[in-house]
Amino acid sequence: MIFVIIFQISKTSEYVSVLKGEEKSRKQNNKINAFLMVIFLVLGLFGAWYCNELYYKKTLFPQGSASLEGKEIDSMLLITIAITGVVFVITQVLLFWFSFKYQEKEGKQAFYFPHNTKLELLWTTVPAIFLTVLVVFGLKFWFKITGDPPTGHHVVEITGSQFKWDMRYPGKDGVLGKVNFKKYNSPVGNTLGVDFEDDKSWDDIHSQEMHLPVDKPVKLVIHAMDVIHNVGLSHFRMKMDAVPGIPTTMWFTPTITTADMKKKTGNPNFVYEISCDQMCGKGHFSMRGVIIVETEAEYKKWLSEQTPEYFGFYPDKNPNKAAPDTAAKATVTTAALAP
Amino acid sequence: MSSVATLHDAGIHGSHDVHHEHHHHETFITKYVFSQDHKMIAKQFLITGIIWAIIGGMFSVIFRLQLGYPDQTFPWLEDLLGHWAKGGKLHPEFYYALVTMHGTILVFFVLTAGLSGTFANFLIPLQIGARDMASPLLNCMSYWFFFLASIIMMSSLFVQTGPASGGWTIYPPLSALGDASQGSKIGMDLWLVSMAMFIVSSLLGGLNYITTILNMRTKGMSMTRLPLTIWALFFTAVLGVLSFPVLLSGAILLLFDRNLGTSFFLSDIVVAGKILPNEGGSAILFQHLFWFLGHPEVYIILLPAMGMSSEILSVNSRKPIFGYMAMVGSLFAITILAFLVWAHHMFVTGLNPFLGAVFVLLTLLIAVPSAIKVFNWLTTLWRGNIRFTPGMLFAIGFVSLFISGGLTGIFLGNSALDIHLHDTYFVVAHFHIVMGVASFFGMFAGVYHWFPKMFGRYLNNVMAYIHFWVTIIGAYLIFWPMHYQGLAGAPRRYYDWSNWESFKNFGGLNEFISLVAMIVFAVQLLFVFNFFYSIFKGRRVTDKNPWGANTLEWTTPIRPGHGNWAGEIPEVHRWPYDYSKDGKDFIPQDTPVGDDESKH
Repeated sequence: MIFVIIFQISKTSEYVSVLKGEEKSRKQNNKINAFLMVIFLVLGLFGAWYCNELYYKKTLFPQGSASLEGKEIDSMLLITIAITGVVFVITQVLLFWFSFKYQEKEGKQAFYFPHNTKLELLWTTVPAIFLTVLVVFGLKFWFKITGDPPTGHHVVEITGSQFKWDMRYPGKDGVLGKVNFKKYNSPVGNTLGVDFEDDKSWDDIHSQEMHLPVDKPVKLVIHAMDVIHNVGLSHFRMKMDAVPGIPTTMWFTPTITTADMKKKTGNPNFVYEISCDQMCGKGHFSMRGVIIVETEAEYKKWLSEQTPEYFGFYPDKNPNKAAPDTAAKATVTTAALAP
Repeated sequence: MSSVATLHDAGIHGSHDVHHEHHHHETFITKYVFSQDHKMIAKQFLITGIIWAIIGGMFSVIFRLQLGYPDQTFPWLEDLLGHWAKGGKLHPEFYYALVTMHGTILVFFVLTAGLSGTFANFLIPLQIGARDMASPLLNCMSYWFFFLASIIMMSSLFVQTGPASGGWTIYPPLSALGDASQGSKIGMDLWLVSMAMFIVSSLLGGLNYITTILNMRTKGMSMTRLPLTIWALFFTAVLGVLSFPVLLSGAILLLFDRNLGTSFFLSDIVVAGKILPNEGGSAILFQHLFWFLGHPEVYIILLPAMGMSSEILSVNSRKPIFGYMAMVGSLFAITILAFLVWAHHMFVTGLNPFLGAVFVLLTLLIAVPSAIKVFNWLTTLWRGNIRFTPGMLFAIGFVSLFISGGLTGIFLGNSALDIHLHDTYFVVAHFHIVMGVASFFGMFAGVYHWFPKMFGRYLNNVMAYIHFWVTIIGAYLIFWPMHYQGLAGAPRRYYDWSNWESFKNFGGLNEFISLVAMIVFAVQLLFVFNFFYSIFKGRRVTDKNPWGANTLEWTTPIRPGHGNWAGEIPEVHRWPYDYSKDGKDFIPQDTPVGDDESKH
């Protein structure tokens, strides 16, 4: 319907222009379009401001970074936004203002201005200087974050598979047991392919949630079982691919507990989420993990409540059953009570 | 040069006489189907590209329905898509197939074949003063390989397990394993075979363009007198010829991994409960092969738009393009750098940090030639006498979008920021503006500007103005707010955000974006209507040179026959940008230099 109307108007205007004289109607169109250029510029700049009003609060800036390292990313982002923002406004204003100002006018001739070396050198060097600044800041941080984590960090392993995340904690020995994809499902239920012949794995804890103590650097060791996934931690400004066959790592220092973040954002449902940021199949959008950042004490408590995965598969090896300490005492008392 | 041109004359019907055409027995098949006339081949590319653009655009409207209205069902979707939209709601698997096909179609079939194929074919011989391409036969084959690729890609839409659904970047192992995704079954094989055909087409075309530009310029047409369109198309062809074969090798290796049990990209995989025997491959290797094409590809898409916009801005400002040599130099710099930045798509794959740093440096270096181009375009407008033809409007729109999208590239090219922004909606906004919409604007500018040369008629202006203003406003309304979604961390390629505490609060915005996307799509249909209507019923061109342009294509008859010029090919005496020089509005390239003429 609208289509037909537009078509009719368009055809009519063509006939009108023939009647009026093509040159005259062309000039009129030129004026209208030149005017629209300025309108577009003004409304566009207003729109950019209005969009910011509407959506700035929904970005991650107001709540700030939940990791120490992310703060640097945020400040770099703001510097980059400032620099590019200035360039954006200047160039767009010039573009649309020139378009309006230098619209065709009767009897005017354009200025023959084929080149000017000084000007060209100016806008080669100025951008180059600004970019150098950005590169220097960027690379300084890049080498920091891709370098070794600070001493005293702890390690958590995260494994992606269609479409879920699994965590492993190294247990008391501080070392994760080996994994080997060929050990998958042996014993039955060994979904991560942990090599239980490696005694380092015996105290490892397998969890669906990631618990992290606040203010302590953590290094994530990242695996994938099937296709490429990506550990996306937007609140911490961190991201790293999970690639089958090629373990990757990343580290950061969480600075705000989940409980504090609930207060800070005023959202009682706030939760740190792990999103999969690499297309991984039909359930990609539902590959959600949860991180709970808590105080050191809460973290230790949680950790102590976990049973190593090994004992799930080999319950008879659980020292808590036959160990000399508590379990042994229990056995003694039971034995004593026995008739 | 003249000897080359003469040699070629002999190649084409051995005659300068355009009337010869009418005596020459041309059947419908040789004239419209297996034509060897570069102008007809260009039109074939353009029309096929338009058909693909409608399909690819429609896909985006359908998946935007899901994003904008995740809670609603649309029964007509089931009528249209059958079991892919049971109950009127898009199935996630098919959502991803649509996203994948949207990307593939628009990047390759529309903005590569549809854009380069059209304008390289149409403009190269006309603007350099040649009667046809170096090899009209290869040129014809280039189109028909493209057609074959199109048929195969189209057929993958109809297989039971659906078309490829792993994203247009088809990263293995997802794309290698049918067990990992329905779309990685037969649909993926068809995708790969289709792309192989596509690459053949692109190579045949590219070699032809390069050869033609280097060898068949008319007398006096030195390289420094080439219009910037030709320079841009030349560098585009170089990029394509050098990088597409790498994708071809990647595609072939992937076909091997899929069907012959090799392990180029596969290692340590358990999928659907099965332990695969593959060991020692690297999934990341594929990404290197892919992006070695994939990054030049974005310049293959962008450079022709840059070239055409340069030309159109100059013609309609009635001013020479500012800094011609700097424009050529920056195109050259972009071409070289385009080969050296591919790994910036891979900052978060666990890339060696030192290598990452090199890629950051080289990537941000591209901003320098880009800045030169922008400032030169702005200076071209300065103190001009601007005529807002539809082509000019789109060229100005191109510059605006190139600035907006180019600046966000500075964020993403800086690896530290990319860690945060990678694969979020920020990226979607960035590449849609700078590569997608901007290149489309370049293409529209080209179509509006050269339509009179192609068909001897004009497009309707009012429809063109509506097309431009709705499209530029719509494009900004769609993609500008997406930056904010990206800054909120919202990942791309999500079918539904409602289960995410962090990303679910953009419901209203998503609905708005979807709505605008539908309006913008409808306006593109208006353009398509205008296009086909005007081919037959448009206002007739009565002036050989309707825009008052200097380049050689406007010295041909209004409807040039095969061979382009009725008589001798004109000789070139000057560069193509003598506008408003010495009080003259324009001085065509074939005008001899006067004694009293000032030097530029």
